[in-house]
Amino acid sequence: MAARIWIFSVAVALFLSFSSAQDLQIVNAERRIDLSSHIVKAFFTLKVENIGKDPAADMLLAFPPTQIKHLSMVQAMAITGKKKKKTYLPLDVKPTEQPDAPNDTGYFLVSFATPLTPGETVTLEVLYILTHSLEPFPSEIAQSESQLVYYRDSAVILSPYHIKQQTTFFKTPSARVESFTNVEPANRAGKEIKYGPYEDRAPYSYAPVNVHFENNSPFAVVEELVREIEISHWGSLQITENYRLTHGGARHKGVFSRVDYQSRRSISGSSSFNALLAVLPPKVNSVYYRDDIGNISTSHLRTGFKKSELEFEPRYPLFGGWRATFIIGYRVPLEDYLFEAPDGRRYLNFTFGCPLVETIVNKLTIKVVLPEGSKDPSAVLPFTVNQDLQVKYSYLDIVGRTVVVLQKDNVVPTHNVPFQVYYTFKPIYMLAEPFMLVSAFFFVFVASLAYVHIDLNIVKK
Amino acid sequence: MVTKKTSPDLLNSFSFKSLKLKTKQQELLIRVSILGLVYVLAFIARLFSVLRYESMIHEFDPYFNYRTTLFLTEKGFYEFWNWFDSESWYPLGRIIGGTLYPGLMVTAALIYWALRFLRFFVHIREVCVLTAPFFASNTTIVAYFFGKEIWDTGAGLVAAALIAICPGYISRSVAGSYDNEAVAIFALLLTFYLFVKAVKTGSLSWALGSAFGYFYMVSAWGGYVFIINLIPLYVLVLLITGRYSMRLYVAYNCMYILGMLLAMQIRFVGFQHVQSGEHMGAMGVFLLMQVFYFLDWVKYKLNDTKLFQTFLKITVTSAVLVGGIALGVGTASGYISPWTGRFYSLLDPTYAKDHIPIIASVSEHQPTAWSSFMFDYHILLFLFPAGLYFCFKRLSDATIFIVMYGLTSLYFAGVMVRLILVATPAVCLISAIAVSATVKNLTSLLRTKQKIPQAGSTKGVGSSKSSSKVTLDQSQPFQKNGAIALLVGVFYLLSRYAIHCTWVTSEAYSSPSIVLAARGAHGNRIIFDDYREAYYWLRQNTPTDAKVMSWWDYGYQITAMGNRTVIVDNNTWNNTHIATVGRAMSSYEDEAYDIMRSLDVNYVLVVFGGVTGYSSDDINKFLWMVRIGGGVYPVIKEPDYLVNGEFRVDKGASPKMLNCLMYKLCYYRFGELVTEYGKPTGYDRARGVEIGNKDVKLEHLEEAYTTSNWIVRIYRVKPPTNRL
Repeated sequence: MAARIWIFSVAVALFLSFSSAQDLQIVNAERRIDLSSHIVKAFFTLKVENIGKDPAADMLLAFPPTQIKHLSMVQAMAITGKKKKKTYLPLDVKPTEQPDAPNDTGYFLVSFATPLTPGETVTLEVLYILTHSLEPFPSEIAQSESQLVYYRDSAVILSPYHIKQQTTFFKTPSARVESFTNVEPANRAGKEIKYGPYEDRAPYSYAPVNVHFENNSPFAVVEELVREIEISHWGSLQITENYRLTHGGARHKGVFSRVDYQSRRSISGSSSFNALLAVLPPKVNSVYYRDDIGNISTSHLRTGFKKSELEFEPRYPLFGGWRATFIIGYRVPLEDYLFEAPDGRRYLNFTFGCPLVETIVNKLTIKVVLPEGSKDPSAVLPFTVNQDLQVKYSYLDIVGRTVVVLQKDNVVPTHNVPFQVYYTFKPIYMLAEPFMLVSAFFFVFVASLAYVHIDLNIVKK
Repeated sequence: MVTKKTSPDLLNSFSFKSLKLKTKQQELLIRVSILGLVYVLAFIARLFSVLRYESMIHEFDPYFNYRTTLFLTEKGFYEFWNWFDSESWYPLGRIIGGTLYPGLMVTAALIYWALRFLRFFVHIREVCVLTAPFFASNTTIVAYFFGKEIWDTGAGLVAAALIAICPGYISRSVAGSYDNEAVAIFALLLTFYLFVKAVKTGSLSWALGSAFGYFYMVSAWGGYVFIINLIPLYVLVLLITGRYSMRLYVAYNCMYILGMLLAMQIRFVGFQHVQSGEHMGAMGVFLLMQVFYFLDWVKYKLNDTKLFQTFLKITVTSAVLVGGIALGVGTASGYISPWTGRFYSLLDPTYAKDHIPIIASVSEHQPTAWSSFMFDYHILLFLFPAGLYFCFKRLSDATIFIVMYGLTSLYFAGVMVRLILVATPAVCLISAIAVSATVKNLTSLLRTKQKIPQAGSTKGVGSSKSSSKVTLDQSQPFQKNGAIALLVGVFYLLSRYAIHCTWVTSEAYSSPSIVLAARGAHGNRIIFDDYREAYYWLRQNTPTDAKVMSWWDYGYQITAMGNRTVIVDNNTWNNTHIATVGRAMSSYEDEAYDIMRSLDVNYVLVVFGGVTGYSSDDINKFLWMVRIGGGVYPVIKEPDYLVNGEFRVDKGASPKMLNCLMYKLCYYRFGELVTEYGKPTGYDRARGVEIGNKDVKLEHLEEAYTTSNWIVRIYRVKPPTNRL
């Protein structure tokens, strides 16, 4: 059903875009790309004008094919009002395809809140996030070396529309920039490289640039994260998170020297990291941190009213290419997360994404384990994910528990937004397991009673 | 408690007729609840390690057992039985199914499967961790029945309580010490109990039970050799002391034949059971038993003492002669294998030291010090002789057995520290007899006095009783006070025992030895988790087919936690292979490099305590490596590493020592480090000296990883440089 609607909307979008592609122009564009961590964030301010005759309902954002597969999320907002009275209105953004796309350009369709009448202008703010877009060069470094990376992009904005004026800023984490491609006018001041302003660029203009700079921020990449949220109607929510973490930066080569690492920390292993921070819900309890071979004792938990922070260290510092797997588990009270919908169904309201700060998750799987006997599960999310249903057997289960599996690739901290899982559940099922235990004990006592009173001897004494 | 007390009283007041029955029921209730409490106590006393640290597998061998159990539960029994493990003893490998006692793993797997069947989805690790406490609890029940069999229910209860908390047993059965002994002691005691029961009743079913108990023991632990030698010895003693009976004949023959056939099903034992020297005693006694039976029959038929005497002489001499010749021929032809070194070292404590350094190098194979007897037995050490006295006073088939078990196992406990474990049940049982008999005597003394005035007042004058009363009455005040004082003393001793056991368990025997704990400067607990840090690093950051060379102590842990192939491990079956590693460790770097290249070694792991002051590290074990290496390769000579017979690592050390691979790997770049305030750089805290070679250069190896407290250091073996 959802797929059909999606196809329908794409068809509508195609129709609309055909009619309006050339009728828009971008008056002014400013792009600020933040390269200070390994998650590339681009803030994009556009002033769009309808120069056609018909009202335009939406516009296209174009991305080069190298970026489209690393694109983690695109958000757009319309700004109304001036300076202090600015109000932001989130807009609907959907991936779309164009039949005449040059060089496999990828597109996103932004629908305006109200169609743009001819001559009207609107200011949009777009945020997009790229992952795995910094390429370490050299790709292997020794312990004492600092990590240098390449970032490849275009000096001018790729767009199907005419852009009257545009500027692009790159913000690097430190002032150490090895090189950057010069596309006049381009200049660097401290941590900032400015390209532009460029005037009157035709649609699909492209000017590749290559920035080579130092980036020693922790390249914490979770290759796979499986979060299991188990609902118990007896009053708690048990969350178990299985991490497979790796250092996604330049690979470590050669010697690891402990003397250097512990005595000259500032220059030795500057691209490595050994501490991570996870932001957990408030009121969290029974937190544990372990791996396949036992507890890991290096962690600190700070609980607060708004959030809890778990600061922990893997067993060893992570250098480029090193891996660590671990499990974090905790429990939160049920009443903060489970609610009853007006139609009598229950729903879980929990945060999507990964609790680790500044981390990319290549593959995220969230498993919501519903109590035994629940029916008709459905998940509500603000973005598309793969959904699946499984059955899990836990303590004293007979028919098994329904598991709602949500799977999404390329997840960044911006995806940490609430999602809901709706299901129906009869409270009488809660009593099934205690009843089983009680009856088992009862049976044992009855059996021993019977055994004591029955004489099994063949010969009477 | 209140309800328990009042309800029988109410019942009593209602029905006077069944008064006796009610006290019996009360006694049963008390007995069952004591046993239940002891059962629970035995379990929870062993959970200190889980509370102090975590639910984890301890020490060295348990990691192998855990790994194999994991394999068994994942792949099933047949895969397990046919498992060829290429991850250990590279490049030889090891046939796991044929070289291990599967009892422990199968037990844990069965518990695991049973729990899963009952819908308890526990992790196999939890099952393994709690197997030992669970079987310790079961042992207390067996001890109760055993005590009941050899003495009375009182002794049984005391034995159960004593063995539940005896440190000698706890040391090997705390939660996490997932080793063969965990179930073996249970099996051992069960076999003995069932055999004694079989001898007492002459019942075939008890003998059958004891054969199955023996089978379980054989499947669980190599210590079964103790059973198969003690039981024949016991039978022999009974024969010599003229206690031969049909009951004994039935019990022993059934137990031996069935037990043997069952034991031969275990692949690791197989035909050894009829071919090796250790098992010949049992067979000899079995044949002797038949001779005895035959003689009995002939005696019955002949009815002539003189004729029988001559017949007896001829038969006995010819039987002994035939037996001796058979044994001689068997040994000469190699059909009967001679005794193994381990067996020799038990009979002769100095044997291992001279001939098998690999056995002598293990700390738990050292002769036992008096202090550790005191530590592990506490008051039982004094109660044991008292119990022996009581046993001799009331000699029966059962008490003869427990006396023999106690004396032989105590001898073995003196030879090897780890065999204290085998002696513990016997010591507990015999001490229980002492306690129970003493307390019983004392209380009966007190009781009779309480009854005397009653009896005197109601019955008046009796003829025979009055005289005894008079004698009792004369010593009454002194005796009564003495009895009370003695009782108080006994209970004081027992409470001291309980306190001692709890203290020992919590302080000494609950450390997993993987995780080290120390007290910080401010009294806070510092955890050194370096072993797991290193193993996990190996597991995650080395190629999956990497081969790791280390001293054999860490082999099981590396394969289980690091999941990497090792050259040697704790199953010390190939002495030459271990000697090769010992030789590599004690050679110069370039010589060692050739050895390592020939063994395809990628990583070398050493344990070093110089930074933390951890004393059981590889430098302190180094002389054993030299000895074991030198035992096979005479190029390695122990005196080269010593200076005037002294082992040193400082400036006065021998040049060979300062440049051997082990020294270099341990002290690489250690000379730059200040370990203790006010001491020079390169100060080794484990040995309390400043090291002699601070400028260690490595040519063929490079540091791959060193843990945060330097306890484990891992080096990568560089590939050979290109020839131009």
